Amino acid sequence: MSDSDSEAMADAGVENPKLPPHLELRRTRVLCKADAPTSTDTVQYSGAYASLGVDNSLRFDDFRNNFRVQVNRISHEDMEFDMVGVDPSIANALRRILLAELPTMAIEKVLIANNTSVVQDEVLAHRLGLIPIKVDPRLFDYLSENDTSNEKNTIVFKLHVRCAERGQRLTATSNELTWLPKGSELLKTSESLTSTSKPETYTSFTCSQDSMPEFAGNPISVYPDIIIAKLGFGQEIELEAHAVKGVGKTHAKWSPVATCWYRMLPEVVLTEEIEGKKAELLKQKCPANVFEIEDLADGRKRATVARPRACTLCRECIRDGDDWEKRVSLRRVKDHFIFTIESTGALPPEVLFTEAVKILEDKCERVISDLS
Amino acid sequence: MEHASFGDQRNATFALAEEDHTLANALRFTLNQDPRVIFCGYSIPHPSEARVNVRVQTTGDPAREVLKDTCQDLMLTCQHIRGTFDNAVKDFRMKNPPDDLTSQEMDSD
Repeated sequence: MSDSDSEAMADAGVENPKLPPHLELRRTRVLCKADAPTSTDTVQYSGAYASLGVDNSLRFDDFRNNFRVQVNRISHEDMEFDMVGVDPSIANALRRILLAELPTMAIEKVLIANNTSVVQDEVLAHRLGLIPIKVDPRLFDYLSENDTSNEKNTIVFKLHVRCAERGQRLTATSNELTWLPKGSELLKTSESLTSTSKPETYTSFTCSQDSMPEFAGNPISVYPDIIIAKLGFGQEIELEAHAVKGVGKTHAKWSPVATCWYRMLPEVVLTEEIEGKKAELLKQKCPANVFEIEDLADGRKRATVARPRACTLCRECIRDGDDWEKRVSLRRVKDHFIFTIESTGALPPEVLFTEAVKILEDKCERVISDLS
Repeated sequence: MEHASFGDQRNATFALAEEDHTLANALRFTLNQDPRVIFCGYSIPHPSEARVNVRVQTTGDPAREVLKDTCQDLMLTCQHIRGTFDNAVKDFRMKNPPDDLTSQEMDSD
């Protein structure tokens, strides 16, 4: 990015020539025709329009002026926002990081003391792993194979349910998972009864987790009301579950988002005036109510595009011949993304997005340090 | 990690370990935007192996420098995205206070 070039041009008083409108359309919009979309690639190469004298390179100042974010909806569980002025490769990188590379806590080891239910041990363990745990994963460290489980890298839960009533099924939900802040209660088998040392458990907590300031008065809980198993009379489940930190790349249970996706902003343009009966027909055709009828002064009716954002690209408006494709142009804006993030509860969605951008920065830094 | 650049510093292939399309595509885009770059692309030799080959050919500057500058640019872009996003969330929260806040206001009335 040579700033001297742009300065020289500015000094010479030459304005940055713009592309002719048809090329600008091809560069910034995906044209969704009836059979297939065209001009889907973003024109990234800096010298793409060199023969026209138009500079396609992106200088950081231009990016800073054009980039904007607008939040449409935000709650503690999900959010939707618009990101304008960024290339799909970066939006996709952020989406991939949100799905696969943001760490969370999830149950990994399940120590089963007793399971007489109809759900097999491994199926039960699998189901427990998928339960979201509502705790900030940044407070914990990774547990590698050589480490011992301690209060900095493990969370221990206990589940003990028994169906005692004849004739009724007991549903064990995730509400029954109780947090053990002092660590594991199951004892490892001791060699002799005369041993005087304290019996070993499966974890070595040096202090209780609820003495830590983050958890005092704020107990670690899991997502409520998830059915784990159903028990008949006399069946019992007694187990201890250890949760560790991981990323979605290893297993989907560690993904912090229920899902996250983006779509490009739809743009619906009427290239001809559509009036009268055709306008009514157009309005009826669209299942997403994108079009509206506008009354003109002399009693005629005209179709207008009222809600282009609702367009789902079902292409009903350009189907069925009669040259509809000539009248309605369905387009997508290539650098405007409508991002939706649904969190599973560990972290609020806006924190998830910020962490994802930080991880992309870390990746770049790693490359830079490798190169130096 | 830099291959095939013995004689000519301008053209090189960089093998990045433990990377995939996430970083590689974003890097490729930012590289393309740099006017010093004639050609750039990335490939993943085998999907089971987490390795990416990034090819950079420049007009004169050593490819290594161009790639480093590009990574810096991408980092600046990310920082700007983060800043703008945080401001947008703050603005939205100021204009639309969360539900429990409005009910408190109603109670005090």
